[in-house]
Amino acid sequence: MGEPAKVAGARGAAVQARIPVTVDPGFHVNSNHPSEEYLIPLKLTWTSLGALEGGQVAYPAPTLEKYEFADKPLSVFTGAFSLAVSFKVAGNAPPGPGVATGKLRYQACNSNTCFPPKSADVNVAYQVQ
Amino acid sequence: MSAFRFSAILSTALALGLFGAGCGGPVAVKAASVKPEKERKVAPDFALKDADGKVVHLSDYRGKVVILDFWATWCGPCRIEIPWFMDLQRKNKDRGFEVLGVAMDDEGWEAVKPFLADLGVNYRVMVGDDITAQMYGGVDALPTTFLIDKTGKIAAVHVGLASRRDFEDGVEQLLQAPATVASSGTGELVVSGGAK
Repeated sequence: MGEPAKVAGARGAAVQARIPVTVDPGFHVNSNHPSEEYLIPLKLTWTSLGALEGGQVAYPAPTLEKYEFADKPLSVFTGAFSLAVSFKVAGNAPPGPGVATGKLRYQACNSNTCFPPKSADVNVAYQVQ
Repeated sequence: MSAFRFSAILSTALALGLFGAGCGGPVAVKAASVKPEKERKVAPDFALKDADGKVVHLSDYRGKVVILDFWATWCGPCRIEIPWFMDLQRKNKDRGFEVLGVAMDDEGWEAVKPFLADLGVNYRVMVGDDITAQMYGGVDALPTTFLIDKTGKIAAVHVGLASRRDFEDGVEQLLQAPATVASSGTGELVVSGGAK
């Protein structure tokens, strides 16, 4: 996993981070709103925001793909995409650097095989100006 | 900007089974995926609890043909195969055949029991653990299904969604295998008969 671009802002400022994700060719991950209840969604959760607040995640529009193992097309993410995260720098944040940390949970499949859900570490470096 | 990458292992391709017809007797079946006897390795024994809390050992089923299916409730391809296994269980349970399911859900019975009830699964299912998965090569890709012969050896492995016919042919071939005498590994002799 690579690092998202560093974000910077003054106290009280709104900042946005983009978290790049790439799924290997031939594979997919379920979207944040899977087509079936039993499927595990892609989900980013924050474990520590540091001097940031909020952390609302905007997921990209999923694609609907038909696979042999499902009757209906499934809502998935494939290839390269990014998650947009909205933060606000806390009003009492001390100037200087910091890191917001989170976990991206995903569950991948290809056309006939699925792999156990995993979590990838997400680190967003920031600078309070 | 850098990206992180999901990687996974591609599953192996699966061969289709072949039918051979006979006259007056059981249909002779030869599944392409079933290994010759001399190439088969012993299926590792395990001790896992079923939905009733009873401990299940694979060795309890020595003398029977067994489908050992590693699956999970979140696995779409697994959900396709499970009704096939229910049919096989229903048709062959009196012929020395059993299906055993090993659910790999992290949530355990909380996730698995409702699924079993909804589908009316008619064979024994246990919740798996890392130790058992490691004994069977890690089982990172689901479904992974082992076809085990009457002497407790692995006759075929299917990684990923396989064909229903390949399972049916493989089971039939192993059920029709001639009677053999095999060591149980404890000095005891196990005599297993052929298909009825």
